[in-house]
Amino acid sequence: MEFFQLLLSGLANGCVYGLVALGFVLIYKATEAVNFAQGDFMMLGAFVMVGLVNPQFWGLNFWVAVPIALIIMGTFGYLLDLLVLRFMFGQSQIAVIMLTIALGFVIRFFAGVIWGHEPLSLHSPLAFGDFRLGDVVISLADVSVIVVTVLMTLGLWQFFQRTKLGLAMQAASQNQMAAYYMGIPVKRVQGAVWALAGVVACVAGILYASKGTLDISSGFIGIKAFAAAVIGGFGSLPGALMGGIIVGVIEPFASRYLPAGYSQIAPYALLIIVLVFRPHGLFAQVRVKKV
Amino acid sequence: MRFHFKTTYDQDIRLFPDWWNFSLYAVLLLVLLVMPWLIDSFFLGEVTNVLIWAVAGLGLMLLTGQTGQVSLGHSAFMALGCYTTVNLMETGMPFLVAFLLAGAITGIIGGIIAIPALKLHGVYLSIATLALAILADDFIVILDHWTGGVNGYFAPDIWIFGVEVNRWVNPGAWYYLALGTALFVTLLYRNLLRSPLGRAFAAVRDSEISAQAMGVDVARTKTIAFGLSCAFAGLGGALMGLFAGAFNNETFNFLISIQLLMMIIIGGLGFIHGAFLGAIVIAFLPQLLSMSTDFMGSSSIPGLETGVFGMILIAFILFEPMGLYGRWLKVRTWLELFPFARRDMFKRQKSYLKTERLR
Repeated sequence: MEFFQLLLSGLANGCVYGLVALGFVLIYKATEAVNFAQGDFMMLGAFVMVGLVNPQFWGLNFWVAVPIALIIMGTFGYLLDLLVLRFMFGQSQIAVIMLTIALGFVIRFFAGVIWGHEPLSLHSPLAFGDFRLGDVVISLADVSVIVVTVLMTLGLWQFFQRTKLGLAMQAASQNQMAAYYMGIPVKRVQGAVWALAGVVACVAGILYASKGTLDISSGFIGIKAFAAAVIGGFGSLPGALMGGIIVGVIEPFASRYLPAGYSQIAPYALLIIVLVFRPHGLFAQVRVKKV
Repeated sequence: MRFHFKTTYDQDIRLFPDWWNFSLYAVLLLVLLVMPWLIDSFFLGEVTNVLIWAVAGLGLMLLTGQTGQVSLGHSAFMALGCYTTVNLMETGMPFLVAFLLAGAITGIIGGIIAIPALKLHGVYLSIATLALAILADDFIVILDHWTGGVNGYFAPDIWIFGVEVNRWVNPGAWYYLALGTALFVTLLYRNLLRSPLGRAFAAVRDSEISAQAMGVDVARTKTIAFGLSCAFAGLGGALMGLFAGAFNNETFNFLISIQLLMMIIIGGLGFIHGAFLGAIVIAFLPQLLSMSTDFMGSSSIPGLETGVFGMILIAFILFEPMGLYGRWLKVRTWLELFPFARRDMFKRQKSYLKTERLR
């Protein structure tokens, strides 16, 4: 029974990692850049939600606040692309990495100024209530995290495979100039994907905040989400979710069965092992670079 | 504007292109040598700090600026250098020997780690090294027999040829230690760039494919670059830990390596001067901020330092990707060409990105 309990909490945590990793993959798939600030996006989304819902701030109804928070974060992502990242158009990946690391610092700073440095918890209807199945305690938050994550991954996956905008995004990343020739407004498409990443980050943030407390350094789970994205192969949406679940499930088992001090190593050790033996993830898409 | 009329091939590879240039650096060295008599011990400590950051920064510069590989894990190698130095000193080895040996050991371990890491490109390499930096923190706690774990170490006394080097008793000696290391590393770096290996670094940075076509062994070049870079970072880390007096797993947090990377970008990627200019910014920014918040009369704002640092970095990446030294080069060119400098001389070429996947 303990096994199932650990598995469940691992799955729920893993889904949050998966959602953040999904944000990385979205941006990577559409702009060929990696957003190192995705974890901080998630933190910001969660804080926006806290600001809307919690009684000491605005005190709105949870279900009213969700769409507002999603719209705010979507707009934030779009404006960020419009005002900052568009200047980097066509520059190398590395420059964008540095830029997003710096953005993460700035977002953390402003979140600290606005919402303070004490841990907060979201007044979420998902946070209360659990039911038992045999000996296993299943909390509503965990179940909703898993359901929402799976639905979002499937939805986004189909979006990329089927819709015109999704295909345009993939084309824009594969060869910007060729995409222009095909009549794709590359810059606007990139703006759209940053907005989408903001929305995904907001969903991840709301779910994360429903599961526990939140403070400005929550964004550092982005690093574990990296592990997830890399394990999944960075270019693949279902891969990101798989990677997230692998990392999430390994964590509780490692902390249960490994000696203290070794357990937090597990996800990173796995990341390095995957990178050494399958440099492009378990769901690789890369072939040798040719001239 | 000065013209170099070349009469021998040696002129191409001289350390200093002409006497004017040489005398500028000679004056700079002289000023640095008499520094302890010019400023009080607090500012001398700050200048020492700048030099230490610059040593570590030169390490990362060799990898990122010259070879084009981005590492977010150099804090791990700084920690390795620091703990190796201290452990070697505890066996009774004299400081200088332990210090240089620690640099060499860090370099060799860095080179070994580089071999699997070399299969990775761009983003993957930065993520792998980031994971390494986070793992280093945990490993320091696990290996507490050698590292003192969370309780950390108090830096042992340093004796060089019978002179005690102590930050509080004689800050001048510490300053000369840092200055000597910085000079040593800078000279090594400068000479390296003039050697075939240094040219190979630049070739790998600019295009791996064309470097391969020119007969450069890309894997070997990258491994050597990584090893040397780690060796310099190890020396810098050893100085940083010993200068701080006490250090534990938190001292070499992964944020240090991010800070190091930001530092060399602000200074100017690919320039030796850039490492020093960036180190000046990173060492004096906290002082400047605390002075300005005092001046405004407000209490200190937590996280202000990193926030402002992030904003400065964003501004640099967007508006001056060549960093402070690049800006100086532009100003100098403008002055030299006056009044014939053209506005778009340094304009970035329009470029389009292609994927590295699915080819």
